[in-house]
Amino acid sequence: MSSRVEILNAGGYRSDGRTQYELRSLEIILGDSSRPRTINLHDSASNPHPNAPDGSAIVGHGLTVVSARVFGPREPLLRREAIHDRAKLSVQVAMLPFSGGMAGRRRGRGDKRLLELGAAIESTFESVVQTGLYPRSQIDIVVEIHQQDGGTLQAAINSVTLALTDAGVAMYDQVVAVSAGLHSTAVLLDLTHHEENDMPHLTVAVMPRSGKVTLLNMEARLHVTRFEAVFKIACEAVTVIRDEMNSVISKRTTSLVASISDSAGPRNLRAGNEMDE
Amino acid sequence: MATVIAMRKRPRGDPALIQRKFFKKTAKGKVIKVLRERYLRDDIPCGINECPYCITQQSRPLSLAVAARHSDYPAGHYVIPDTNIFLNQMDLMESPLFDAPLIVLQTVLEEVRHRSIPLHNRLKSLLRSEDRPCFVFYNEYREDTAVQRKDDESPNDMNDRAIRSAVAWYRHHIGQISSARNKGQPVPRIVLLTDDVANRRHAQTEGVEAVSVSHYVQGSKNSALLLDLLAAGAGDGDQGDKAKSSAIYPEHMSSIMINAGIKAGQLQQGHFNANDYNYLEASTAPQIYSTIDTFKGTVRVAAFPKPVLVVGRQNMNRAMHGDIVAIEVFPETEWRSPADAVVDQDEALKNDDADDTEAEGGDDLEAQEEARIATKLRDGSGKVKEESPTGRIVGIIKRNWRTYVCHLDPASLSSSSETSTSVQAVFAIPTSALLPRIRMRTRQAPQLLDQKILVTIDRWDSTSRYPEGHFVRSLGKVGGKEAEQEALLVEYGVAYGAFGKAIQDCLPPEGDSWVVPPKGHDIWKDREDLRDVLICSIDPPGCQDIDDALHARALPNGNIEAGVHIADVSHFVHAETPMDSEAAARGTTVYLVDKRIDMLPSLLGTNLCSLRPHVERLAFSVIWELTPEAKIVNVRFTKSVIASKSAFTYEEAQIRKDDQSLKDPLTQSIRLLNSLARNLREGRMRAGALNLASPEVKIQMESSESSDPIDVKQKEQLETNSLVEEFMLLANISVAKKIQETFPLTAVLRRHMPPPTTNFETLKDILMKIKGLKLDVSSSGALASSLDLCVDSNEPAFNTLVRIMATRCMLSAEYFCSGNVPRDTFGHYGLASPIYTHFTSPIRRYADVLVHRQLSAAINHAPLHASLHSKDYVERILNNVNRRHRMAQMASRASIEFYVGLAIQSRAPNEAGGVREEAYVIRTFRNGIAVFVSRLGIEGLVTFKHEIEYDAEAYAVTLPNGKKQKPVSLAVFDKVTVKITVEKDTTTQRGKVRMVLVSPVNSEAL
Repeated sequence: MSSRVEILNAGGYRSDGRTQYELRSLEIILGDSSRPRTINLHDSASNPHPNAPDGSAIVGHGLTVVSARVFGPREPLLRREAIHDRAKLSVQVAMLPFSGGMAGRRRGRGDKRLLELGAAIESTFESVVQTGLYPRSQIDIVVEIHQQDGGTLQAAINSVTLALTDAGVAMYDQVVAVSAGLHSTAVLLDLTHHEENDMPHLTVAVMPRSGKVTLLNMEARLHVTRFEAVFKIACEAVTVIRDEMNSVISKRTTSLVASISDSAGPRNLRAGNEMDE
Repeated sequence: MATVIAMRKRPRGDPALIQRKFFKKTAKGKVIKVLRERYLRDDIPCGINECPYCITQQSRPLSLAVAARHSDYPAGHYVIPDTNIFLNQMDLMESPLFDAPLIVLQTVLEEVRHRSIPLHNRLKSLLRSEDRPCFVFYNEYREDTAVQRKDDESPNDMNDRAIRSAVAWYRHHIGQISSARNKGQPVPRIVLLTDDVANRRHAQTEGVEAVSVSHYVQGSKNSALLLDLLAAGAGDGDQGDKAKSSAIYPEHMSSIMINAGIKAGQLQQGHFNANDYNYLEASTAPQIYSTIDTFKGTVRVAAFPKPVLVVGRQNMNRAMHGDIVAIEVFPETEWRSPADAVVDQDEALKNDDADDTEAEGGDDLEAQEEARIATKLRDGSGKVKEESPTGRIVGIIKRNWRTYVCHLDPASLSSSSETSTSVQAVFAIPTSALLPRIRMRTRQAPQLLDQKILVTIDRWDSTSRYPEGHFVRSLGKVGGKEAEQEALLVEYGVAYGAFGKAIQDCLPPEGDSWVVPPKGHDIWKDREDLRDVLICSIDPPGCQDIDDALHARALPNGNIEAGVHIADVSHFVHAETPMDSEAAARGTTVYLVDKRIDMLPSLLGTNLCSLRPHVERLAFSVIWELTPEAKIVNVRFTKSVIASKSAFTYEEAQIRKDDQSLKDPLTQSIRLLNSLARNLREGRMRAGALNLASPEVKIQMESSESSDPIDVKQKEQLETNSLVEEFMLLANISVAKKIQETFPLTAVLRRHMPPPTTNFETLKDILMKIKGLKLDVSSSGALASSLDLCVDSNEPAFNTLVRIMATRCMLSAEYFCSGNVPRDTFGHYGLASPIYTHFTSPIRRYADVLVHRQLSAAINHAPLHASLHSKDYVERILNNVNRRHRMAQMASRASIEFYVGLAIQSRAPNEAGGVREEAYVIRTFRNGIAVFVSRLGIEGLVTFKHEIEYDAEAYAVTLPNGKKQKPVSLAVFDKVTVKITVEKDTTTQRGKVRMVLVSPVNSEAL
């Protein structure tokens, strides 16, 4: 017997009380309200925190918590790395030492698994960010994994989308990711760590507006006919997460706009985003 | 249902309620904190039909209008049992007499699952049954009933509290419902059923109604009958007198001590096997379970290639057949050879009293035996050959208790008047000789006296000589064919109930009149039309489930096209239907002498899937092109429609083939098949296939209608038998290759592991010493050829006997999932084939159904069902099929044995005469011999009252022969004549085959 806990019991409930197609609670903290909002980076006098990120987001899918910070677009630190007609995207993934616990060993910088995660995020966003608008510049994305309970990649991609939005980086569309698995014949969405261990699962990242899939990550073997079923439901589930993300974005934008109009002068406060259609 | 994808929002409440926190120790000894989320819901239904608050799509089984079935609850009631009720009183809960509506809480369901998987399965099937109002309430996910662990609370206490809070919620909820509907009506009560005194006290203070089982049952309608079903010790206060009686057995070690002992290598773990021949002696074969042992490299288990002997009641310490036990091995000085005396439990334990556990008398024989063994241990050390390790059982790791078929020991009844309804303690004697008697209390003892009954064991305390159990139900009169047959089925766990409505609904609606639709219908898609091919089937006489048919024809290029056509069962039995899961659970059709327990409903088995002659049937065909030397040129697999031209019996086909005057094409094709089969067989034998014998007998009935046996015949083997067999083997091998290629991870295959050479040691030694023959067991080919050399010109049956004994040294073949075992262990030892599966009998074997599905996916006929892509699923199904297969074999063997007994009885009605048969000695003991009667295919024991001269070295006994003649020596393989009688044992009421030696010596006086 592999597990003493039933993945999906006879009443159709999963071990944490959700049903098959229910997603975990999504918590989003967009931007950091405590950080100063000056935009003039070249004028160091007006920017007391030159190292502050331009956009940031913390995303929690259930107990999985991941944060992303975006720096840039800015001048590349190394001149030779600049690309003359577009921006360079660089992603770093770090796992906080206390995040592990249930997800295996501690992973330091340079760990193959983390590099792979970074590469996956990088290739996902390279096609989505309008890099052509920022030639000869660099966009740094730092992803930090705070807590892990399954769906790390999904949380990382969602947090990067939000952080890029917060930073005001131009994108063709949002990228929204979700994980799904197959338990015998039942498709489950948004798996916890415990569920991930027990079944073949995949992570899909979709651009919800066009329906294009930018990333598909699966490490198990799944027959092609079953794969289709899982894949379709995962693609549908993305819209639920997208709606949730957009409502947070618009709330944040509204509060920013409100603070602009409240403040006396037309200070060059940064606008929230220009994403919402 | 449409897919509704939604997000569960976590309430911003107390994190302790929505998260579960626990600490886990890893294998390395690190302690880590684990957090699990919990989403509490408000949409968990209560299951009451009239409830306006709970919304659910499912049908709701509970109704407010419950009949008053209990004297205490005139307004009706629902029962909510706690976990221990299900763990201890499952028979009561399952009884159709216990008809109160049940609410099973999730907490209870999960606790039962953690404690006992078999009980959990029984609970699940109880919940599924349609005639009982049951409902599962997921109390841990409902926000009103979820509880949170307190700091100083044990998990058990928390579960009890969760149960009480759910009961309280139900009480409140049902009040709401009934006030919302109709004020006047009485409200059904919610009753918590628990035997835990502390729990009841808590419930009382919280205002929850709680009663004990015995109290509840006393007030219910069928109390007299239900009280018998109560497990022993269920009462509230009968512990008092137990405490004062002294312990008979040593206490078992706690599981912590056992684990530590096994880790330290002081204890061994193994399956306890009671010995068929000798009740007081049993062997434990330690298994390589403990990874720590093997990890250290001091493989203790390898140090004992022989099973550890456990001798005597004290040492056996309440272990029963099939239990997993922890055993302490004695120092080498106390090792001894396996006992060579035969003790009959009936004799040894005759005088025990059911009421009085400390009965001193009656153990004379047993005491003698134990003393004898002890003396032997002391003085016999010089002579004893091949000592086996001995040991004692110190703890039981896992009990293998189930329901046993028993009958009452009439001697144990204190009052046998028909009218007596007082509670009596009686002994139930299990039919299996491997089990001790079971003590039970019943009110219906006199009525049950001549009945076969089912009894479950509840416990076995160290103060009690015998296990205690309770009555489950009666099967019928002892000796009645029906009752005996059913007893057999129960004993071997064969599901023999009729197929339910849900299963019947899976059959084609046309029923009997279903025919293959005309061409152009969907069925014909990708199906070959083989209706014109000369196909025929060859089966045993009277066969109704014809699942295979054959054809052969010469091709213009000199080669031969041969085809095997198997009933297309997978066309009718689709995955994940009720019929499919029932078939998977049954695993195989069970053949008893006069009864067949079908795996599939008989409409399919004997009609729609049966390849009867002159009707069109759907088939799955394997078609080869073979050279005349039977080399495969190519093979293809296709679904087809066939019309068999004739259904032969083996005999008919044989006669037709041999009749040279017949020149019709059908006969020619049989001849063609036969010549190919001969080549195939030759090739197989060259590759080292074994030709093993097992005693197969056939019971001849008086007439086709009656089921009274008159004689026993050995099954005949005709050339046509092997014709069919060869082609089935060829088909199976070809299919195995194909599905393994296409589904390397989940192919359903069958293998036969080579037996460990140690299995053959005794047989080799016997052959060497007695016949001077050598047995080479290095490979199957070597074994086959050395078996061929085992002949005795004077004794034609000798070779068969050796083959039978060799067969017993082998392992049994098993199904497996190809992704779960290494590639080099796929081989089939007996057939000397590198890969094998079962494809040819989908009507009667479930593995074949799976193989059909995989093959039809492999040829792109139908997509493979998702479940067959999962290794775990295939593995689980095949484990069950393997077990069912084994059980079915044992059941049909036991059924034959029963009928052989009847046949002997009918041939020799006068007890004294008996039947005289030739027999061969197969084992010798200090006070008896085991003989094998080949004509009847039965094995029996000839016991002597006195000890006789016994030479363990030479496997021989010497019998005194009257006063004048000199003693006769008997060794293994010697031919003797025995007189067989069937006598009804007066104490056990068990029809027992008794054998007495007639020649060379009459053993009656011995």
